[in-house]
Amino acid sequence: MGVVEPLDVIEGEVAVLDRADVDTDQIIPKQFLKRIERTGFGEFLFYDWIRDGEVELEARPILVAGPNFGSGSSREHAVWALQQFGFEAVIAPSFSDIFYSNCTKNGFLPVIVDQETCRAIATAGAARIDVDDQTVTYADGVVRFEIDEETKHRMLNGLDDIAITLSNAEAIDAYETVRADNGPVTTSLS
Amino acid sequence: MPRTLFEKIWEAHEVSDGLIYIDLHLVHEVTSPQAFEGLRLAERTVRRPDKTVATADHNVPTDGTPVARMIADELSRKQVETLEANCEEFGVPLYSLGSERQGIVHVIGPELGLSQPGMTIVCGDSHTSTHGAFGALAFGIGTSEVEHVLATQTLVQRRPKAMRISYSGELGPSVTAKDLILATIGRLGTGGMAGHAVEYSGETIRGLTMENRMTICNMTIEGGGRAGMIAPDDTTFEWIEGRPAAPADLDAAVARWRELHTEPGAEFDTEVQVDATEISPMVTWGTNPGQVVQVTEAVPEPRDEVEERALRYMDLRPGTPISEIALERVFIGSCTNSRVQDLREAAAVVDGRRVAASVNAMVVPGSAQVKAEAEAEGLDEVFRAAGFDWRSAGCSMCLGMNPDILSEGERCASTSNRNFEGRQGKGGRTHLVSPRMAAAAAIEGRFVDIREWE
Repeated sequence: MGVVEPLDVIEGEVAVLDRADVDTDQIIPKQFLKRIERTGFGEFLFYDWIRDGEVELEARPILVAGPNFGSGSSREHAVWALQQFGFEAVIAPSFSDIFYSNCTKNGFLPVIVDQETCRAIATAGAARIDVDDQTVTYADGVVRFEIDEETKHRMLNGLDDIAITLSNAEAIDAYETVRADNGPVTTSLS
Repeated sequence: MPRTLFEKIWEAHEVSDGLIYIDLHLVHEVTSPQAFEGLRLAERTVRRPDKTVATADHNVPTDGTPVARMIADELSRKQVETLEANCEEFGVPLYSLGSERQGIVHVIGPELGLSQPGMTIVCGDSHTSTHGAFGALAFGIGTSEVEHVLATQTLVQRRPKAMRISYSGELGPSVTAKDLILATIGRLGTGGMAGHAVEYSGETIRGLTMENRMTICNMTIEGGGRAGMIAPDDTTFEWIEGRPAAPADLDAAVARWRELHTEPGAEFDTEVQVDATEISPMVTWGTNPGQVVQVTEAVPEPRDEVEERALRYMDLRPGTPISEIALERVFIGSCTNSRVQDLREAAAVVDGRRVAASVNAMVVPGSAQVKAEAEAEGLDEVFRAAGFDWRSAGCSMCLGMNPDILSEGERCASTSNRNFEGRQGKGGRTHLVSPRMAAAAAIEGRFVDIREWE
């Protein structure tokens, strides 16, 4: 894991990408997946769309996006690119499952609110997200968002998932001991 | 309480609340380097190399480059060589370039017999859902999760909801599993399965081969599904028998595997019924797999801005019959449709015919073993005689991280899984179809209704 920064409040202007089904191939095109590091992706965010003048994006704390954001490929590089470009959170009506999970592993906050609210936040131009309270505050009001308690706890404290799991290694040892059906062994294929 | 197939597998793998055990971890060069680096930085090891297997696929040139150090593209070479060094350092078995077992990660797992009923299988690749065809719980993960599995052999997971899609009736002649899943995604939309583990069931599914079932489960992610799965049966057991990783006591394993089915009365969060007899050969017209119509139809009128944009990108006009769309490229391959049965079906269509002069067509077997098997049957000769380029195994033009890409504006009939903008090359236009439909399109230089054409 990289170093995961604890999250508390994310506040500031929003950038808007009001499009449905934005897939991770658009967020970070394939030709930039050959790096073996976790860094250096920010400048290639939405590479083709920005280069072709399809979208204009400024680095602001919050990105407001359309439904099914981050669909398709599981590439975590998409989250790294958004983060390294300058975003700290993304608000959308829905996310693809893998993308959502990838966000939470990197201290990059995915916030789900309905489309109407997304548009209102976009119109407001700025917002304040309080992770602990699970609220987004903007010009017209306050909206509450859902996030899994455990995920929130880990994001609030910048905890390392692996360290937490390894602290419970006896449970894994025990599982491996009692499980009768152990499955195929990759290291001894004939 | 009667339980679903998904519940049985999930509950058998709960180490503790929210932590599930992983039986098989598949690794490839693109999504693993940062994970291995993370292990090194934290001075951690791979907990179970014996439940991990790696191959090189995304970056592999399909021109027969025999070893990683001869890959011409510097970054691709570095990524594959990094995988080789990491596997060596951490003791993970690897089938890299030059191995007779190298291939697309979702082709080699089943081919080696590693993908088995009742298992949990993950890989840093969204098409990991493929392995669910064996009655396994299989899904794609990100690089942070790859590192977590390498270090702990477990994954922190929220339990997904359960969906069942039941198919009745037989598929029509020349209508394939690819058409079935494209039609299903067209109906449910690209987010229609989101948050769900999807079980495909019904008499239609029971009648399909393992290759067909893998094609269906493979594209679950294109419907937004977390995992796709099919209950194991004799077809499944016959596939596994005799493969390198098959259980030593197959009979005992089969006895256990027969318990892996959804019990009558078990409840799903979402249920969908599909009449398979009504499915036709399908062709995508847009820039996501849900934008799809029957080959007999025309390019639809756009209903919103998203569809207008897709039509602009694809350079298509509403009302144009699908059969009038001319093609410059044809790609038969990818983890969706590159297994021997796929190649046999395509070869049967092109046998004795010639690829249209306007078309550049290629066939890329899913693995070195598929290639060898196809060549032993003479399929390579059939394709070559028809004017196809016969390549070596890899992901190839499914995503163009290797030299196989579309040029700006080129239009391609592709047996792969994603028609996203730029997926096969910047400005490239992808139409997803079955292997038979792709083969016929190569011959005619445009789409044809394979049912009438044969």
